[in-house]
Amino acid sequence: MNEGPPKRALQFLRWFCREDYLEEIEGDLTEVFKKHFENSPDKAKWKFVLSVLKYFRPEFMKSFKSYQTNANGMYKSYFKVGWRNLIREKGYSFINIGGLALGIAVVMLIGLWVHDELTFDKLQENYNQVAAVLQNNTVDGTIETWSSQSYQLGLELRNNYGSYFKHVAMSTFPSSSILADKEKAFSAVGTFMEADGPEVLSLNMVHGMRSGLKDPTSILLSASLAATFFGTDNPVGKVLKLDNDLDLKVAGVYRNIPNNSSFRGELSFIAPLEIIVNRGGRSFGWVNNWLQVFVQVNENVDMQQASLAIKDAKIKNVNENDKRFKPELFLYPMSRWHLYSEFKGGVNTGGRIDFVRLFGSIGVFVLLLGCINFMNLSTARSQKRSKEIGVRKVIGSGRGQLVRQFFVESLLVVMIAFIFSLLLVYLSLPLFNNIAGKNIQINWTRPSLWLVLITSIFLITFVSGSYPSLYLSAFSPIKVLKGTFKVGRYASLPRKALVVVQFTVSVILIIGTIVVYQQIQYAKNRPIGYDLNGLITVPIKTKDVKRNYTGLRNELLASGKFSEVSASETTITNLWWSDWGFQWRGKDPSLQDNIYRGAVDYEFGKTVGWKIKDGRDFSREFSSDSTAMILNEAAVKYMGLDNPVGENIRAYGRNYTVIGVVEDMVTQSLYESNKQTVFVIDPFNNANFINLKISPHSSASEAIEALNKIFVRHNPGTPFEYKFADDEFADKFSFEVRVGRLVGIFAGLAVFISCLGLFGLASFVAEQRTKEIGIRKVLGASVSGLWQMLSRDFVILVIIACGIAIPIGYYFTTHWLQQYDYRTEITVWVFFATAAGALVITLLTVSFQALKAALINPVNSLKTE
Amino acid sequence: MKQQSLGEFEELVLLMVAALHDEAYGVAILENLEDKLKKKVNISAVHVALKRIEDKGFVKSRFGGITEDRGGRRKKFYVITALGKRMLDAQYVLRNSIYKQIPKISFG
Repeated sequence: MNEGPPKRALQFLRWFCREDYLEEIEGDLTEVFKKHFENSPDKAKWKFVLSVLKYFRPEFMKSFKSYQTNANGMYKSYFKVGWRNLIREKGYSFINIGGLALGIAVVMLIGLWVHDELTFDKLQENYNQVAAVLQNNTVDGTIETWSSQSYQLGLELRNNYGSYFKHVAMSTFPSSSILADKEKAFSAVGTFMEADGPEVLSLNMVHGMRSGLKDPTSILLSASLAATFFGTDNPVGKVLKLDNDLDLKVAGVYRNIPNNSSFRGELSFIAPLEIIVNRGGRSFGWVNNWLQVFVQVNENVDMQQASLAIKDAKIKNVNENDKRFKPELFLYPMSRWHLYSEFKGGVNTGGRIDFVRLFGSIGVFVLLLGCINFMNLSTARSQKRSKEIGVRKVIGSGRGQLVRQFFVESLLVVMIAFIFSLLLVYLSLPLFNNIAGKNIQINWTRPSLWLVLITSIFLITFVSGSYPSLYLSAFSPIKVLKGTFKVGRYASLPRKALVVVQFTVSVILIIGTIVVYQQIQYAKNRPIGYDLNGLITVPIKTKDVKRNYTGLRNELLASGKFSEVSASETTITNLWWSDWGFQWRGKDPSLQDNIYRGAVDYEFGKTVGWKIKDGRDFSREFSSDSTAMILNEAAVKYMGLDNPVGENIRAYGRNYTVIGVVEDMVTQSLYESNKQTVFVIDPFNNANFINLKISPHSSASEAIEALNKIFVRHNPGTPFEYKFADDEFADKFSFEVRVGRLVGIFAGLAVFISCLGLFGLASFVAEQRTKEIGIRKVLGASVSGLWQMLSRDFVILVIIACGIAIPIGYYFTTHWLQQYDYRTEITVWVFFATAAGALVITLLTVSFQALKAALINPVNSLKTE
Repeated sequence: MKQQSLGEFEELVLLMVAALHDEAYGVAILENLEDKLKKKVNISAVHVALKRIEDKGFVKSRFGGITEDRGGRRKKFYVITALGKRMLDAQYVLRNSIYKQIPKISFG
């Protein structure tokens, strides 16, 4: 019968009752309860509850408001104490603030980048209604997704599917043309569009109207191009000559296409599509794909529904033979253009969104590393503050107040770190833009930016401050003040786990960086099959250049600066034209052939320096060479020819004889396998480029100067442009280089932040064990033994981290490499090197403190206090 | 000195504190009152009265030792102050004098 009064009621009483009355009331109530309890337990309980309720009146209640009245003062004091602690422990403060500031700066930069990526194209007025029409074709059993369409399709969509679309606009792919007024001539990249184009693009007109394009002799200019020609004048009505050929009236000027638009850099001008149609040289059948088709769906039409509706618009109209490609059309909404641009097997497989996610998570992890430093150093140094906590508690500080105090201290650190990180971001933004290939500006006056910043200050404070504040506020004042306070053996376990997390993240990032660099290096060292050295390409943009080509060539050769000059349809670094319908002996009738073509002239091979493996090169000495063909090794394999030289191949409506085989060349992506390619003497008179090989006796600058003079003399109306082939070649891996550089920088920062934290922890441990080390030294411990003792713990942690990071890193990097056909193997040494590197860095970081502690004269360390 | 009022129940509690001299704490007062009044009194009423007369300065209090019966809580003992005694005396004199003015009335 040792039952006490009802617990709930007692708790309630304790909660509301004034502290100074509680003792007496609770005592008396309990005594009364005990007396009643002997008679009838149930009644006693009821009576107790009832009595408690009777005390629930203002006289007996404690004042719940009393905390708030002096709270401001407390917070002021918290800031003051926090500030003093920061000043006193300058080293730790530096590590805390520095690590956090770096982490926050990284997150901010990545955040800006992610924001820029996610808001791509969103400035377009009809963002949710605009789509491009794409087609899936089954070629050789695999589904390929093409963005190019035929002229017929645009007409068909407009005429028979008009109810779905507000606007349908066909457009050429952007290409560069020459625009000239009386004095000036510039080459500019633009497109030729149907009259609805400006509506679909929702161009912001500065002068003139969007409808200006309806006149087939008009042109719309971007603001910057208009300014280069006409300065600040209103150019509407002025006349420009297109490609030295056609006079066009300026019908309007639109604001420059913003940087975060899929059309950036592609729309310096917009001219009517009729010009291209009337110019000739294009085919208008259903299977001749050379246009892009943009649509804007009607407001009440669902994009998905419209996409399904047009699915068969092409297959219905092509002939039986072309039906085998099973063309299926679909709409590709603008909202997915930028981030989801890759298709495999007819299905959208992502694209840049992968990088948004990758960098997003890297940013979060780097910030986490900074937060971990803060947590670790705060808890590690808890003993230093344990007395303060004890005294605060004894004086009457509740746990809630202590938690608040430590949150205020973390807030202080985070705010200082934030200021530094803003400074860092401000200073490093130009560099970041340069590396990331962006033009991000920060609009400091935007309220949403500040909202995000302030929210993140509190969020980071919460993340980094919650563990230390809960940990520190839990100290028992009696133990702490008695001096018997010892953190247990396992108290440092969470700290160790956090260090492992830090190094796991860092090591994964290092592995990633190494693999990306290896892949780039591997691709760079790929045998390309031709000689990039001193190779220049000059685009042929006007008919004049084509007409004057022979004279130009002869004079260039006569200058002695060039060892060879030739013309071709496409450049050797980017042979993208492919055809089907080839016939050869032994061809599998069911094969849907697809072979790339190099339409070149006789000297092309000598200019680029390809290597003939079998047979001979083109030569003007054989009059039959106009129907001669040279295959590359991949084409020989593709066609399954045992003895290719002398074979007859039918292509482009003619009969060709194979005269030679060249070694495979990298003519497309560096990361894909070599494509089957045939080279023929340009059957279409379609030369678009002049290729020049600088003579080994001449310097590049001399050669360019001579070329400029000769070119301008022969083509006075055409601006002179040229490109070094190796620059164009470098473009092939510029994206990978960019990714590699960014990941490398983040990996470096991650390692740096982790090491900062380790440095802090090491110095703390060394300081804590000063006496122990002194005694050990007195008893004869050697410096190297002490160094080992102090470093061992950290080394073990880093080894564990490597053990976790290596499988994860392996998984991610192999996954990343899968996307490349031509890829490096991940060798074991990558992991060994990373692990070894991490260990060396750890040892360097820790040893400084360890040796400092080990070298202290024991007399000094033992006489303290 | 400001004129202090004293409620009926308060007066009873004050009387009891004085009567129990040095042994007066919540439960003792309660039990003695119930004994004298022959009816149940709630402890909270006693506490309310005690707090009020203490606020008025008629009693003062001190904590006693811990006893097992009370769940480890101390007793709070009340002692009457000089002011409280004077108040009781004044009340007594007042009532007595008025009582004496009552004519001899006989109710059969």
